Amino acid sequence: MGILVDENTRVITQGITGKSGLFHTKLSHEYAPRFVGGVTPGKGGTTVESLPVFDTVKEAKAKAECNATMIFVPPPFAADAILEAIDAEIELIVCITEGIPVLDMAPVKKALERSNSTLIGPNCPGVITPGQCKIGIMPGHVHKPGKVGIISKSGTLTYEAVGQTTAAGLGQSSCVGIGGDPIIGTSYIELLQKFEEDPQTEGIIMIGEIGGDAEIKAAQFIKENITKPVCGFIAGQTAPSGKRMGHAGAIISGGKGTASEKMEALQAAGVAVAKSPADIASTLVEHWEKR
Amino acid sequence: MNIHEYQAKELFRSNGVTVPNGFLARSGTEAEFAFRRLKGPVAVVKAQIHAGGRGKAGGVKLVKTPDECRVEAEKMIGMTLVTHQTGPEGKKVNQVYIESGSSIEKEYYLALLLDRETASVGIMLSTEGGVDIEEVAEKTPEKLITVNVDPTIGLQAFHLRSLTAGVGLPKSEVKSLSQLVKKLYTMFVKYDFSMLEINPLVVTSDGQMIPLDGKMNFDDNALFRHPEIEAMRDFEEEDEREVEASKYGLSYIGLDGNIGCLVNGAGLAMATMDIIKYYGGEPANFLDVGGGATEEMVTNAFRIILQDKAVKGIFVNIFGGIMRCDVIAKGILAASKSLGVSVPLVVRLEGTNVEEGKKILKESGLDILAADNMADGAKKITDALKS
Repeated sequence: MGILVDENTRVITQGITGKSGLFHTKLSHEYAPRFVGGVTPGKGGTTVESLPVFDTVKEAKAKAECNATMIFVPPPFAADAILEAIDAEIELIVCITEGIPVLDMAPVKKALERSNSTLIGPNCPGVITPGQCKIGIMPGHVHKPGKVGIISKSGTLTYEAVGQTTAAGLGQSSCVGIGGDPIIGTSYIELLQKFEEDPQTEGIIMIGEIGGDAEIKAAQFIKENITKPVCGFIAGQTAPSGKRMGHAGAIISGGKGTASEKMEALQAAGVAVAKSPADIASTLVEHWEKR
Repeated sequence: MNIHEYQAKELFRSNGVTVPNGFLARSGTEAEFAFRRLKGPVAVVKAQIHAGGRGKAGGVKLVKTPDECRVEAEKMIGMTLVTHQTGPEGKKVNQVYIESGSSIEKEYYLALLLDRETASVGIMLSTEGGVDIEEVAEKTPEKLITVNVDPTIGLQAFHLRSLTAGVGLPKSEVKSLSQLVKKLYTMFVKYDFSMLEINPLVVTSDGQMIPLDGKMNFDDNALFRHPEIEAMRDFEEEDEREVEASKYGLSYIGLDGNIGCLVNGAGLAMATMDIIKYYGGEPANFLDVGGGATEEMVTNAFRIILQDKAVKGIFVNIFGGIMRCDVIAKGILAASKSLGVSVPLVVRLEGTNVEEGKKILKESGLDILAADNMADGAKKITDALKS
């Protein structure tokens, strides 16, 4: 089981002939052979890594029967690529691209609301169900099939949590990087619900950071809807106000979006909050055992 | 990216928004002549820095003669202005803006900003202008209205009606405010603003609506399609090290502590600062070398960290996904050879090619403290500084 992707997922890569697009398609396909093709406008009819290349997403869907796409299109054209995937009714769209203008993402968000597609990202590491399907740039070998579901805004900090749960022998059901941009396709709540419903998932790790109030909304949702144990960590406890910390969305503005207010909200919702990023897995285990 | 008030006023003018006349001055003489060109009777000397709260800090002065204008400008240029937005170190004033005085009848507040939660453009209007808007929102929320515009629909007449009715704007002012908001919304989309704040927006005694100030903030991700905006960037307003780091594709932010951090990934970089603090240390910086760092980038990162004289130790924390640990290790070697790192150095490597990376560091003969994990690394560097 796990969420979003499994052994039946059929993936294409939009921007498959670009340097990173090709590199990560290769690594992901080697990890689990779920890729069925790619799209690069103008290069339809060719093949790369023995995968067929198409000119449009619609054509790829008709001929390769894909139900998911991984987007590596450069920032100026990425919003268009997402809209094309929505138009082709692709179920799962994972956008890795970093640096998309926010005003390009606003209409994408509205188009998503009117569709049946799910967008993960942009500016994210992707999605993995260990042993079954990897769509993204995360290192496959640190993962291990298991029972913890992970949702995170960050890339490398997610690998940290993955490494800890693997070392603790828990493993992961699925890991989802939701992205560090101000406007993202899917936030914590939808994924918390999916993990709650997933029989393989027994506990959930939620990693957030400064900026916005998605974690606070998630806390409220957890309190009312989630029965499985949840452990949280918020990065940026020492971040100064008014500075953008790497991610476009990671900024404390007007005193709002601080780590401490998010940690308090999670704690109040019954989430076990790890004080140190090195204790994410152990905090979850402790919380688990107490219940 | 932020721009100065005088640049914002130029942008207003070129987009058909009426603002008072004014000229930029870099010296007392230039200020004196600016006053003469404005043909009085009064002008305002305004310090040009990228921060609000200038008035209270002495960065805005009313002047009535060319002489007075020169004197005030001379006082202001070169001074360090400390406002509630600059931090205690303040900001140096390099230039002033000399602007015609306006006869102010009323002061309003108007702002447009990108609302990340609703993926829309929020327009905020208040009849309480010239004051701290957060205070208005808290104490008299009925005097502040926000209307969200779905960018796929665009600004419609009903949005404008909701705004003006929401704050009970006098009938005589509805038309001029609506026209202004229309122009601002067009600008917002055209130039990819993240925020456009006018405080105060004044109603003059002859019934005009004029932005007396203009705070503009642009989406960095969209600058590639606005070279004319990017050209307005004032590097003197930014932290020198942040600018230098950005040249090499590094994301750096200076802090007050003494432990330099070199990390891959923004989230892990923030968490590294947090864990240093957790073990009683103080981080000197945020530094993300990104996912595809090269040996050269690592060397540059070390150089930027070491430029901060407060740095007494360095913690390298890498969880290599795409980034290979052997590349990082080689970068560390190159950096310590060319820069001569004399402070304690703790390195934690994890992920792709980790064994190779560790071997390179071990065989280098360099005085490096290897850490098994993030907590171990944070403990080692804080301990090294205590002894």
